[in-house]
Amino acid sequence: MVQVIARNIVVDYPIYGAMSRSLKNTFIRTATGGLLARDASERIVVRALNDISFELAEGDRIGIVGHNGSGKSTLLRVIVGAYEPVNGSIMVVGKVSSMLSISLGMDLEATGYENIFLRGAIMGLKPREIESLVDEVIDFSELGDYINMPVRTYSSGMAMRLAFAISTRMSGDIILMDEWLSVGDAAFSEKAQHRLQAVLDQAKILVIASHNEELLRKNCNKLMRLEHGTIIDFKAV
Amino acid sequence: MSSTTRLQAALSDLKEGVCSIYIWPVLGWQEVKQRYRRSTLGPFWLTLSTGALIGGMGPLFGRLLNQDISSYFLYLASSFIVWLFLSGLITESCQAFISAEGYIKQTKLPLTVHVLRVIWRNLIMFAHNLLIVVIVMMFYAPSSTSFLWLFPIGVALIAINGLWCGMLLGLLCARFRDIPQIVTSLMQLALFLTPIFWKAEMLGRHQWAADWNPLFYFLEIARLPLLGTVPSAHTWFVVGLITILGYLLMLVFFVRFRARIAYWV
Repeated sequence: MVQVIARNIVVDYPIYGAMSRSLKNTFIRTATGGLLARDASERIVVRALNDISFELAEGDRIGIVGHNGSGKSTLLRVIVGAYEPVNGSIMVVGKVSSMLSISLGMDLEATGYENIFLRGAIMGLKPREIESLVDEVIDFSELGDYINMPVRTYSSGMAMRLAFAISTRMSGDIILMDEWLSVGDAAFSEKAQHRLQAVLDQAKILVIASHNEELLRKNCNKLMRLEHGTIIDFKAV
Repeated sequence: MSSTTRLQAALSDLKEGVCSIYIWPVLGWQEVKQRYRRSTLGPFWLTLSTGALIGGMGPLFGRLLNQDISSYFLYLASSFIVWLFLSGLITESCQAFISAEGYIKQTKLPLTVHVLRVIWRNLIMFAHNLLIVVIVMMFYAPSSTSFLWLFPIGVALIAINGLWCGMLLGLLCARFRDIPQIVTSLMQLALFLTPIFWKAEMLGRHQWAADWNPLFYFLEIARLPLLGTVPSAHTWFVVGLITILGYLLMLVFFVRFRARIAYWV
């Protein structure tokens, strides 16, 4: 069964090279960001996530809301498995498909065609698997002959179309997204939203972080509110 | 996290990393292409510039050191390209994790992938430089070609050691950003302290200076087959010992600090 179980997760970002003497108090509240603190070895740390526990099961559509620096992205990266919590544990059952950075690993000097293979490899696809979706990606992105040109010759919108077209070809049990993806001009954007919706619909668990609460309410069945790295509210909408 | 799960996590990172044969060769090759993109000769610029260096230094050092050019030229060429491989592996693996920050912080790719990428890139560059040795061999044939089959084994041993060394250096450099600078300066010094331009036996009674230099053994194991001789049993032994000890040392650090790397880069 696809599920995510987090128990008392704590994530501290160590800050190296910060002036430690300017922080006399152990915990300083700031308007945004996590709590600044000192760990056992007197290092300055940012407590990005503080004692986070939750359980996600199949069918869950979670929207994470919160200020800048409230820990939304950090939580997503913990679920991806990039950050291992300092304390607590996280168990993820199911294939995670990350849409956190859809253009990660793309090379501006390489052609669009080469970039499809580059992105595909990073997403964990075998060359044969990438081969089978190349035509569809080219077709969807509407890049035409530009696909054989270096990506640096693309407009930023074109580059995003390509990244979007490749990344949305991945299917996963658990899909993570940092801010709702929207790309291209009006006509393309509509097409992209359809495709995105289709990908999201087949996911068993979906986690989206966003500032846009309205959008989350429309697309999610549960809302998690983060503040200073703590869950202050987690309920169905 | 208990120490057994830590060990398991570290070992599975290494295993999964090595098995990701559709990722690190692609990333490594990509970086070589990136470096020489839009130049006509591409990576062969490397061959050309190394070739020019060896072509110029060969006669100069041959004269300075009173060496017979017919044997010295091949000695210098093979020593120098193996050295470039060694020092490239060491200095570039300092950046292995630092330069992969984006991947490390946003994906679950095994960390080992980033070190293998560096090794693969250096192997590609080494292959380009090897062309120089082939050309030199056409003019100054080695005393024997019957041990050439040992050459790939020597190169493989260097690459295998590149993994523990790269994991260890990559990790330390991610945490302490002064280490890359230190390593670079030390490698510049090592270029002159290691028998590359000169020969170990020229040291006379100071031969210990080469005997205690670990880089000397890795140099020997790959270059001697090119020069027509077999590396001594002692050389194989030292390289084997360093391989085992190196992996143990790397594991100690990697098991302990693997999960911290994402926070350091």
